[in-house]
Amino acid sequence: MAVAKLRDSTGFETGFPMSDIQVLERQIRDAIAGAADEAALESVRVSALGKKGAVSELLKTLGSMTPDERREKGALFNALRDRVAEAIAARKTVLEKEVLDARLAFERVDVTLPPRPQAAGTVHPVSQVLDEVTAIFADLGFAVAEGPDVEYDDYNFTKLNIPPDHPARQMHDTFYVAKQADGSRHVLRTHTSPVQVRTMLKQSPPIRIISPGRAYRVDSDATHSPMFHQFEGLVIDEVTHLGHLKWVLEEFCKAFFEVDAVEMRARPSFFPFTEPSVEWDLRCDRSGGQIKFGQGNDWLELAGSGMVHPRVLENCGIDPARYQGYAFGGGIDRLAMLKYAIPDIRSFFESDLRWLRHYGFAALDVPTLDGGLSG
Amino acid sequence: MKFSLSWLKDHLDTDAGAAAIADKLTGIGLEVESVEDAGAQLKDFVVGYVVSAEKHPNADKLKLCVVDTGTGSPVQVVCGAPNAHTGMKGVFARPGTVIPASGEVLKIGTIRGVESRGMLCSGRELLISDDHDGIIELADDAKVGEPASKALGLTDAVIDVAITPNRGDCTSVYGIARDLAAAGLGKLKTPPVKPVAGKFPCPKKIALNFTPESKSACPLFAGRVVRGVKNGPSPKWVRDRLKAIGLRPISALVDVSNLIAHDRGRPLHVYDADKLRGNVQARLAKDGERILALDGKTYILDSEMCVIADDVSVHDIGGIMGGEESGCCETTANVFIEAAYFDPVRIAATGRKLQLQSDARYRFERGVDPEFVVGGLELATRFILDWCGGEPSEIVVAGAIPPWRRAIRFSPATVKRLGGLDVPRDKIVRILTNLGFTVEGANPLQVIPPSWRGDIDGPADLVEEVVRIFGLEHVPSVPMSRPHAIARPVLTPAQKRARLVRRALAARGFNETISFTFIPRADAQLFGGGDDARQLENPIAADLDALRPSLLPSLLAAAECNIARGTSDLMLFEIGAAFDNGMPGGQQTVAAGLRVGQGLRSWTKSSHPADTFDAKADMLAVLEAAAGSPMTAPVKAGAAPWYHPGRSGTLALGPKVLARFGELHPKVLARFALKVPASAFEIFLEALPEPKSKGKTSFAPSPYQAVERDFAFVVEAKVTAEEIVRAVKSAERALIESVTVFDVYEGKGIPEGKKSLAVAVRLQPREKTLTDAEIDVVAQKIVAVVAKATGATLRS
Repeated sequence: MAVAKLRDSTGFETGFPMSDIQVLERQIRDAIAGAADEAALESVRVSALGKKGAVSELLKTLGSMTPDERREKGALFNALRDRVAEAIAARKTVLEKEVLDARLAFERVDVTLPPRPQAAGTVHPVSQVLDEVTAIFADLGFAVAEGPDVEYDDYNFTKLNIPPDHPARQMHDTFYVAKQADGSRHVLRTHTSPVQVRTMLKQSPPIRIISPGRAYRVDSDATHSPMFHQFEGLVIDEVTHLGHLKWVLEEFCKAFFEVDAVEMRARPSFFPFTEPSVEWDLRCDRSGGQIKFGQGNDWLELAGSGMVHPRVLENCGIDPARYQGYAFGGGIDRLAMLKYAIPDIRSFFESDLRWLRHYGFAALDVPTLDGGLSG
Repeated sequence: MKFSLSWLKDHLDTDAGAAAIADKLTGIGLEVESVEDAGAQLKDFVVGYVVSAEKHPNADKLKLCVVDTGTGSPVQVVCGAPNAHTGMKGVFARPGTVIPASGEVLKIGTIRGVESRGMLCSGRELLISDDHDGIIELADDAKVGEPASKALGLTDAVIDVAITPNRGDCTSVYGIARDLAAAGLGKLKTPPVKPVAGKFPCPKKIALNFTPESKSACPLFAGRVVRGVKNGPSPKWVRDRLKAIGLRPISALVDVSNLIAHDRGRPLHVYDADKLRGNVQARLAKDGERILALDGKTYILDSEMCVIADDVSVHDIGGIMGGEESGCCETTANVFIEAAYFDPVRIAATGRKLQLQSDARYRFERGVDPEFVVGGLELATRFILDWCGGEPSEIVVAGAIPPWRRAIRFSPATVKRLGGLDVPRDKIVRILTNLGFTVEGANPLQVIPPSWRGDIDGPADLVEEVVRIFGLEHVPSVPMSRPHAIARPVLTPAQKRARLVRRALAARGFNETISFTFIPRADAQLFGGGDDARQLENPIAADLDALRPSLLPSLLAAAECNIARGTSDLMLFEIGAAFDNGMPGGQQTVAAGLRVGQGLRSWTKSSHPADTFDAKADMLAVLEAAAGSPMTAPVKAGAAPWYHPGRSGTLALGPKVLARFGELHPKVLARFALKVPASAFEIFLEALPEPKSKGKTSFAPSPYQAVERDFAFVVEAKVTAEEIVRAVKSAERALIESVTVFDVYEGKGIPEGKKSLAVAVRLQPREKTLTDAEIDVVAQKIVAVVAKATGATLRS
C-alpha cells in the first residue's frame, strides 16, 4: 500500500520538517491520481483522512504541542487536510464521469424501431359532418332535436299534410314495419320531419331547431341508400319569411363549405308540408374533377324548403293566424360526399376498415367555428 | 312528363328555343330533367335507296343489296333482314358510324366471302324502338342522302319535365304551354274545341249507379258512339309525336286516347261498341269481380273500386285501365267513347291496392280539369272521324260537373309576409289573372282559381303562384337576429353524452361504423330479436328484413367482411338504435364496441388476444367519458345469451342494465365465421344516470403524506374481487383513498378451492401525519372487516 510505505519512510514519530509534509502531500496526490476506480479512491481517502489515516495522525499530534507551536502547525496541517479532501472530491467527479460515459457508450437502442402499437381510432365522416352542421346552426341559435326511427304514420305523413292516398306518398318509397299486436302499423321514417311535428306538439313558439338523424327509403344506387342521414331545420316565429330562409341557408353554405361567398338559385317546387315550396341550388364549378363553390357555371342541388303549410301548423296545435315559419332539409351523407370527395353513398355503410381509416376523422378533431370546421 | 318542342309549339306561339324554354320551365317550378335532341344523335345516318336486293351467293338467309346513298356511287351491303327488298328506302350507316345500340364503330366487313360496306339499320339498332324483326322502311318521299332523322320524324328536341304531385294541370303539353304563356314566354294559341254534332241518338244508355255515400267516385260520365269506323294506323304526325315521347303507336283508335291524355291531360277510353253487351254504367265493383286488363294481367277488384261495366261484366277499371275484352282491334267497326270524371283519392287508393300504374291513373290522381270532360270527348270524336271515318251519335251525359268554384280571401300583403318579396298589388293581380284566376274585390281580394287548379286552396298557395311567376330570384336575403343574448347549450345532455362517447372510443383506437338498422332475421334471433313485431313488410333485400335488437350483429357482420378482405385485428364501434319492439319509441340508443383478433403484433410483445378485460376497460372508459367521473355501479357475473356465460358481466343500477361486456358466445362467433378471439360491450346510453352537476366542488389537496399498505388475503375461490375491495373500503371510509388489486393467485401454497388476492390500500390523512401505531390500528381493522365480510384470512 502506498500509505504504508509513506509511514515507513517518513518516520512520523521523529519530527516534522517542512519537506516531509510536502513529500507526504505529493505521495497522497500521486495515490489519488493513481486510483483507477471509486473503490481505490475510497481506500486512498481512508489511509489519508480516515481515523487512522496519515493526515488524521498528523492532526492528532497537535494536542501535545505548545500553544505557539500548535498555532503554527495547526494551520499547516488543516490546510493539508483541506487540499487532500478537495483533491479526492475532484478525482471522484472525474471517475464518476468516466463510469457514466462508459455506461452511456454501451446503452444504445435502434430508435427506428416502431413503438408499442396503439390502434388509431376514427370518427365516421357522417358523425363529423353532423358535428360540423351542429356547430354552424348552434351559432345561428338553433337547438338540436331528435326522434325515433320507427314512426307513426300520422307524424311521418298525415300531420305533415300528406293524407293516406295523396300521390306525394309515392315519392317516399316507404318501409313499413309489420303490423303490431295492437293492430297498429308504423313506418321507418322517410325523413326527419316527424321530429318537427313532435317538437311543435310539445313546444310553443318561438321554435328554432335542427333535426338530424337516420331516414329510410326503399331505394338503392350510387346516390341513394335505403338508410341515409338527413338534417332538417324548422323556425317558427311571428315574423319569418323566404328572405330569412335564404339568409340562413347562405350563412350555412358559407360556413360549411368554408368560402366567403356563395350564390344560390331558388326554384319553385312542391312539398306537401310547405307552401310556398322552394328548392335551392348552389353555384359551383365541377371542372377539373373537383367541386368548388361560389364560382363556375354549374348548379348543385342543395336543399328543399318552404314556408310551413298552415295546415301543418294547425295539425300541430300552432295558430297559423299568429305564427308562421319555414323549414328546410338536406342530406348529411350528401354534404359529406361533396365536402370530402366520397363518390358512392353505399360505401358509408359497408364498414370497410380501409374506407373508415381513409375518410374517418381523428378523435380530437372536433369541428369548431373558431378553428375552421375542417381544421 | 315528356314532350317535343314542335308539339309544344302547336299550343304556344313563341320564338324561344329549347334552352330558353327549359330555363323558364325550371324557373316556374316545372323542373327540366333532360333535353334530348334525338336528331343530333342520329346525324350520321342517311336515307338509302335499295337499288337491288339479291340472294347472297353463299348464304340462304342473307341478301346482297346495292344501296344508293346519294353520293352517286352505290355501295354493296350484306343484309340479313327478311324485309330488305328492291326499291325500298332505309336508314343507312356508313363505315365509321357509331351504332347507338352497341356503341361500336361500324367497319367494312366481309360476310360469307362478300364485302359489305355499310349497314341498313333496324329500329333497335338506333335505339328508337324495340323493333328488330327487320330493317326500318322509310316513306317513299324520303330524300336519298339526306339525314335519316328528318324522315324518321326525330328532328325535334324532347324535353322531360318532373311534374310535382300538385300540378295535375301540367301533365299535358297544353297545360305546360298555358303555364309558360302565363309566365310571359309566348302566347297560347290553341283553338277552342269545336263540338261535333251527333247524327243519331246514342244507342248505348249510360248510368251512374252509386249510393249517396259513394257517388263522389264518379260524378260525371259522358259518352257517345261512332259507327262505321275503319281502324288502321294513325296519321304520321300522331305516330311521330307518340314515338318522340317514348310511346308505341298501335292503331288510330288506341292512339287517339294516348294523344289526348298527353296533349290535354284528359284520359278517356275507346271501347269496341260491339263487344259491350247492353248499356254502360259506372258503379263500384263487386268484391272478387275480375277483369283482364289491357296490360294482359287479370285484376281482382273489391267494392271500394270504381269501374265501368256493361250489363254483364266489367270493362274498365275506372280511370286506370281498360279491359282486353272490349278493346279496339283492326276489325272494330263501331266504338263507344267514354269520358268521365273520377275521384282522385279513390283512384289513388285503387291503383295502390292493385299496384297498377298507368298514364290515366297518373293524371286522375293528380286531378284533371272537371270542365274538360265533354270537351275531351268532342276532341276525340273529331280525331276519330278524321282518321277512321264513321258517323257520330249524340252525346249522352250522366251526372254533372263536380263543383269546383271556390273563392279565397287574399290580402296582397301576404306575399310580403310569407315570401319576403315586395310585389306591387297590380302586379299580383296581373300574375293571378294571367294564370287563369278570377280576381275580384278590393282588400282582401276574392280570388277564384281556374277549374284546372284543384291544388290551390289557401292564401299560401296564391303566394306561391305569385312568387314563382314574379321570380324567386328577387327574394332578398334577410338576416335573422339570434334569439338569446347568452348562448344556451344546443345539445341535450343525452346528445352531449353520445358525442363524448364517440370521441372517447375513437381515442381508444376504435373505428366508428354506421350500419343498416335492418339485418338478417336469423342474426336478429341470435340476439334476442327476430320476432314478427320487428319484421319489415317490404325489406329492400330478403336478408335485410329485421329491425336489429342489438348493434353487435352489425359489428360482427362488419368484422366478418373485413376479415374476408384480409384484416384480422379490428376495433369497431357504432352508436345507434337497437329495437326492443316495432313501436315508435321502442328503441334504445346503444354504444357498442367489438374487438377482434390477437391485438396488434409488435416486437415489444405487448399484444394479447381480445378478452373480457379489454371489453371491461373499454366499457368503463366510455362510462367515465359519458358521466364525467368513474362509474361506481356494481358489476355482476354473466350478461346476455350471446356472451360467453363465464366470461361476461353486467353493470346495473337496481333493475336497470347500464352496460354489458365480455367475450362472445362460441355459437355467435361460429355464426359470423370468426375463428379469432372477440370481446364486446354494449352500453345503453339512455339508461345512464344524468350527470349530477356539471360544476366542480371546492377541493384542497391534503398536505399530509399518504401511505400505502399491502394485504394478501386467502379466500374461497368464489369470493369476487369486488366483494373484497368493497369490504376494505368500508373499514375506514374517511382515510382509505383507493384500493388496488395487484395480485390474484391460485395454486401451490394455497389450499384447494381457495385463492390469494392481494390489494394495495392507500391511506390519505387529512388532519395530521399518521403514526406507525395509528397505521397498525387501521390495518388490523381492515383485516377484521374483510374477514367478517368474506371469510378471508391474511396470507402468512
